[in-house]
Amino acid sequence: MSMELASYQKETVPVVSSASKWKKRIPYIIAYGVLGVTTLPIILMYVWLLVSSFSEKMKFGFLPVNFTVENWRFLWSNVEYGGSMLPSIWTATWNSFVFSGVLTILEVIIGVMAGYALARIEFPGRQALMKTTLLLHAFPSVALLIAVFYILNFIGLFDSLFGVVLVKTALQIPMTAWIIKGFFDDVPWDVEWAGLIDGCSRFKVWFSIVLPLIKPGIAAVSIFSFLSGWSEFLLLYTFILSDENVTLSSYLQKLLSDPNMVNYGLLSAVSLFYMLPVLLFFIFTQKSLMQVSAGGGKRV
Amino acid sequence: MKIELKNICKSFNTKSNTINDMNLTIEDGEFVALLGPSGCGKSTTMLMIAGIYKPNSGELYFDSQLVNQLEPKDRNIGMVFQSYALYPHMNVLDNISFPLKQQKVAKEERMERAKQAAEMVQLGHLLDRKPSQLSGGQQQRVALARAIVKKPKVLLLDEPLSNLDARLKIEMRGEISRIQKKLGITTILVTHDQEEAMTMADRIAVMKEGQIIQYSTPMELYKQPKDYFVAQFIGTPPMNFLNGSLSNHQLHLPNTIIDLKRRLLEHTDGDIDVHVGIRPHDLTVGSNGDVCVKGTVNLIEPIGHSQMVSLQVGNQQVRFFADLSTRIEYGSEIEISADISALHLFDPTTGKSLKQESAGKELIHS
Repeated sequence: MSMELASYQKETVPVVSSASKWKKRIPYIIAYGVLGVTTLPIILMYVWLLVSSFSEKMKFGFLPVNFTVENWRFLWSNVEYGGSMLPSIWTATWNSFVFSGVLTILEVIIGVMAGYALARIEFPGRQALMKTTLLLHAFPSVALLIAVFYILNFIGLFDSLFGVVLVKTALQIPMTAWIIKGFFDDVPWDVEWAGLIDGCSRFKVWFSIVLPLIKPGIAAVSIFSFLSGWSEFLLLYTFILSDENVTLSSYLQKLLSDPNMVNYGLLSAVSLFYMLPVLLFFIFTQKSLMQVSAGGGKRV
Repeated sequence: MKIELKNICKSFNTKSNTINDMNLTIEDGEFVALLGPSGCGKSTTMLMIAGIYKPNSGELYFDSQLVNQLEPKDRNIGMVFQSYALYPHMNVLDNISFPLKQQKVAKEERMERAKQAAEMVQLGHLLDRKPSQLSGGQQQRVALARAIVKKPKVLLLDEPLSNLDARLKIEMRGEISRIQKKLGITTILVTHDQEEAMTMADRIAVMKEGQIIQYSTPMELYKQPKDYFVAQFIGTPPMNFLNGSLSNHQLHLPNTIIDLKRRLLEHTDGDIDVHVGIRPHDLTVGSNGDVCVKGTVNLIEPIGHSQMVSLQVGNQQVRFFADLSTRIEYGSEIEISADISALHLFDPTTGKSLKQESAGKELIHS
């Protein structure tokens, strides 16, 4: 109590001595210090990646030797690795975009409808459904690999991007629906009722009044699903074999497949290339991403 | 449009009915208020009329057509919500014209009619704004314009004034009444503010725990409450109550005994306790009236044209109005009195009024 009072008085005094100014800054200095030390390794890793991609080799593992763009040759020519030609990076990039794009579209469409149903419509088994969907989300996808392989093989979608999109969508939907449900929960019933009274059907209200209100949620979910599609590796690596269906993450894996002959310069360059869209995406969509924490789920 | 509710029941769980066997008739062009404390089922009743909720049993008629299963969009109603429920992503003009758009009215006519409605609530200069850029009062007007733009048969108002400040409330109260009279539209107002209901409505249905306690004109509710609940709910400041007892048509109050005329009471036998109600306006300083009460002054509140005084009578409070010229001091003991006809007697167990209906009528007419 006396501490609080003292600091309150200090703030109201117009002239502040330099000693107390420093005292005030101490928490910030500590915070920045701790954060700086802990993030330093991560930043250094990225710096290393960038430097290594533009040099012939790294002396003692960290001193760059000779500037070169040779490591970036995959952009304009096909790369030979371990005696075989790797597929074009552009095929892989295109495939990654298609994979993430289709995933995003499917996820948003299904998630938006499922989320609305969970938030607003009373039906038997709603609670049970919501609990099991969460459980499903907690399920590790590795455990499902073999079963999924049999199913994909059976319906003829093995080694097809679309097949993996379906699997990934199914695994992502629970979380997406939950997040979207949180946003629907925040839309007041009054607005929906007003729409009904003003002459809309339930579907029309959903589409023309409620959906525009949860735009931030839709944005957040689309970004999340795009990013998770972009960084997906396990499912793509397991269920895609042919070179024309390769995606960037599998492409990267090909460069690492033989530990004895890894070209670290090339690997760094491809890694950076793979990261670039994600970085750009983050910069432009940061605000919408933050929205997710705003729309927490309420009604179970 | 005439609205009839017949034996309507609505429950949200199996334990109890939110609305219990309700009967209510609203005549064409009438302004009816549903008045009651929160949780008494008045909003539920309104949402059933709107078609948002479907009654569990009973019938709902619009102009003697059964509409129980009719969807809200087909009922031709306009509604103003307590939260206004404007569409935040549309500007004022789009908000107002939205109901017309759903009726597929041609764009030009739509804009024309929306502008007219906006003009009617004095919003003509704000058509391009988003709801978030408007003050509470302006949002309220948008909601009202949106409700009346399609010329509905019924206008539903769900606590439309409760989010406005006191001055704006009085202003909007007048405006809504004026528009309602002008359009001659059947209107239902849900409110917990008895003053709002009294000033605006033609008839008031006082509700309590899912039932209508009394349904009559504001003046009748005021002068002749049929129930203890109605008596203490209607009127500002509220009616004063004293505990008394009746025996052989004599009313015993803390320090007086009053001989009641036989015709004033419903027939009662033996000795019973009663709640004795007197409106503050019926009390005057001095002992000129038939019923005298003595008490100690414990609060004086000047309100401009007069002063409101609270007396401690036994362990009960009695409020009354005194002229500004009357000198009253804190702690002094004074005597106040009222006419015998101003008394309201209620059975404390059933809450029913013990006053004869005919006696009450006479009082109103005299």
